[in-house]
Amino acid sequence: MAAITLEAVGKSYAGGVKVVHSIDLAIEDGEFVVLVGPSGCGKSTLLRMVAGLETVTEGQISIGGRMVNEVEPAERDIAMVFQNYALYPHMTVRQNLAYGLKNRKMAKDEITRRVDEAAQILEIGAFLDRKPRALSGGQRQRVAMGRAIVREPAAFLFDEPLSNLDAKLRVQMRGEIKQLQARLGTTSIYVTHDQLEAMTLAHRLVVLNGGRIEQVGTPLEVYRKPASTFVAAFIGSPAMNLLEARAEGGVAHVGGGRVPLEAAVSGTVTLGLRPEDVRPVDAGTDGAFVLKLAYVEELGAQKLVHGTVEGHKFACALPSDALLGDELHLVPEPGAAHGFDAQSGKRLG
Amino acid sequence: MVENRPILNILAHLVLILGVLVVAFPIYIAFIASTHGPTDFLSGLIPLTPGHDTWHTYMTMLTTGMQTSGMPPLSLQMMNSLIMALTIAIGKISISIISAYAIVYFRFPFRNLAFWLIFITLMLPVEVRILPTYKVVADLGMLDTYAGLTIPLIASATATFLFRQVFLTIPDELMEAARIDGAGPMKFFWDILLPMSRNNIAALFVILFIYGWNQYLWPLLITTDASHYTIVMGIKRMADVADSQPQWNYIMATAILAMLPPVLVVIFMQKLFVKGLIETEK
Amino acid sequence: MKRIFFRNKFLPYLLIAPQMVVTIIFFLWPAGEAVLQSFQREDAFGLHTTWVGLANYRALFQDPAYIYSLQVTVVFTIGVTALALISALLLALAVDRTTKAGSTYTTLLVWPYAVAPAVVGVLWWFLFNPTIGLMPYLLSLVGYHWDHALKGDDAMILVIISAAWPQVSYNFLFFVAGLKSIPASMREAAAIDGAGPVKRFFTITLPLLSPTTFFLVVVNFVYAMFATFPVIDATTQGGPADATNILVYKVYQDGFVGLNLGSSAAQSVVLLAIVIVLTVIQFRFIERRIEY
Repeated sequence: MAAITLEAVGKSYAGGVKVVHSIDLAIEDGEFVVLVGPSGCGKSTLLRMVAGLETVTEGQISIGGRMVNEVEPAERDIAMVFQNYALYPHMTVRQNLAYGLKNRKMAKDEITRRVDEAAQILEIGAFLDRKPRALSGGQRQRVAMGRAIVREPAAFLFDEPLSNLDAKLRVQMRGEIKQLQARLGTTSIYVTHDQLEAMTLAHRLVVLNGGRIEQVGTPLEVYRKPASTFVAAFIGSPAMNLLEARAEGGVAHVGGGRVPLEAAVSGTVTLGLRPEDVRPVDAGTDGAFVLKLAYVEELGAQKLVHGTVEGHKFACALPSDALLGDELHLVPEPGAAHGFDAQSGKRLG
Repeated sequence: MVENRPILNILAHLVLILGVLVVAFPIYIAFIASTHGPTDFLSGLIPLTPGHDTWHTYMTMLTTGMQTSGMPPLSLQMMNSLIMALTIAIGKISISIISAYAIVYFRFPFRNLAFWLIFITLMLPVEVRILPTYKVVADLGMLDTYAGLTIPLIASATATFLFRQVFLTIPDELMEAARIDGAGPMKFFWDILLPMSRNNIAALFVILFIYGWNQYLWPLLITTDASHYTIVMGIKRMADVADSQPQWNYIMATAILAMLPPVLVVIFMQKLFVKGLIETEK
Repeated sequence: MKRIFFRNKFLPYLLIAPQMVVTIIFFLWPAGEAVLQSFQREDAFGLHTTWVGLANYRALFQDPAYIYSLQVTVVFTIGVTALALISALLLALAVDRTTKAGSTYTTLLVWPYAVAPAVVGVLWWFLFNPTIGLMPYLLSLVGYHWDHALKGDDAMILVIISAAWPQVSYNFLFFVAGLKSIPASMREAAAIDGAGPVKRFFTITLPLLSPTTFFLVVVNFVYAMFATFPVIDATTQGGPADATNILVYKVYQDGFVGLNLGSSAAQSVVLLAIVIVLTVIQFRFIERRIEY
């Protein structure tokens, strides 16, 4: 178990291409941190630098208080779960789990004990003597995690471990990883491009964009107070509505209505409203804005209504029994509106 | 098959049966000839049914050879062929797999140069540079040695490229996982890469064994001493007996014995053989 | 190219050293020597070598015997390639039609590839032996007097048959693989469009097979030009009167028997140029095969 700290960590390739810019991050012992962002945001590179699979060109990485920039991956006391599992195809499951321990010259009994224990935790005891090719995707995923567990490392590193599974299995495995981490209490860094996976798993989220950190916080912090339009659009599904609006003294004017903001700003702002944070009201209600309907998606528990507000696309989630006409009059829930600087996209207030 | 046309099916079988017969016919005639005594050939036509001298002919050739043309026993020649075929196959595979490993998994100065030097050997078949290569081997004192028979033939661009191709299809993550598991370069090679290339190695071995066994021109040049004759070149020395009628029964027995090992290899390891053949052309 | 690689200063050199040593000593050095010698002339005792520029090449291409050998090589190469390819294609098409017995036939057809070319030569030499062989006897029944020791055309036919025989197996395997890779739906669609088996072969199968065919043409050229030395040596030894004296055989004869080093070296260099051209064609083709 160990804390991991990144100080001004950057990565540039030989051609001068910079993919990671000066990242500062302190991960506490036992914490589950998820790096999330679109593809190409540098999240995998960052994880691979922690693992020692990529060289660190700027800054320092420490694991458990030890600077590891020049330390071989095997000496960093970490374990990694790969997207394609990277199981050794010619070895049985047992041999796959034991390989790293054998290389460390661990005693045979101890290896057996650890493999059996991991197999029991992950319920893979029944196919310890099979080769990976005889296993299903979900089983391979478990073996890959088993290989990480037996090492009893200071940290687990997950590189999009669920993205090769089908949707149903992904949800199930997500739950298992969460329980497993809670039970073992091992510091974990998890990389994903799936915001839902990030929200459900993380103690803390690190949202990355273009090699820089956009925001660090608990899932609820990030959801409730996105630091930028990028985070606002990336986290949450269906995505937050973002529209240009004119503000006066902390009130945004849009679609004939008035939306109070947290900060007392004036001028052009980007207004953010989550689809679930608006409520339909009668026509003529003070401050309500008008949504012109385009189409409706029935989701069962609720319906998702798509349309436009002053020509901008806008979606709102309504109860499934809501009555609809050609237009809807909407007001935001109190305190639910987000204001962002129209130029920088940074959160206001 | 798109539609059912019995006439076409019958035609297909006829073509195939004809093909099999054309393929088998020379071998049949050769085998028949090897079962007859020397006098059976004086009548003027090859006999078409088996004779009664099979045991005698083969035993004579295997144990004493043919003194008239200075031929050592075939058992010795077959042993030489086996040594040559195995050395070439194992040698080629060994040096190719490690050089492919260096080229794929390491970055070092002159890496590209090395790659191109190996590539160029594709364009230098032994038939083309025969005289100067002979001279080099002679200058190194390797005439009439097993080393001279084999070492000049064990550099192979084809095998190196095959292994390079195999390694390139192995996901990078496997090497990363191995590194995290504490495996260094040599351990990764032995524990992961080598076992994963097992099938390719076996397929290549089949092809190279045949290649080595069937070598003709090279042993013909390198060996002057009968103790290093291989059976494939020996058969020619035997057929060349000047001014006397060739001893057909002995020559054909030699031909049968010379083709037997590689043919058996192909028949019993057909899958590997086909795999090797098609892969080495990629 | 691997994204990630081992860092080690000496190990890669150690790993690549054996291949480099063998390549340099037995491939590059002799090839360089051949190129050098092709510009030199050695006196009768091998004491002096003089620089003669292109004289060896000029002499070579003015030598009627060499021009004749070139012609013989062309006829031989085309003959072997055509015979081996057409027979193999016929057999492959037949196997493709049979549903059950295909693999048995394949086994019975592939093993000649394993027979050494020298042994193949001896087998056919025996079958066509003018005094005792079966084929001359059968031919005499239809009134043809076979004698490859005297008739150049007979000798050419003999070496073409002998050289093509093992190569049929090789081509057959590649054609079978090529035919298998043509989706059945393609031929079914053509059948629904009203194309009969013959028309389908020429409009669908043959064009889709063309990458395989082209590849095999190059491989068979290389085989016929360079790998058939043992066949020639075991059957006709280039005779009668050089009627089957192909280029590789002539290099050997002029070098080892005639001991004409300069000319032999120049011939080697010409052969080298041919191999290089064929290799380049083959590699450019592989690039195209990927996109096909």
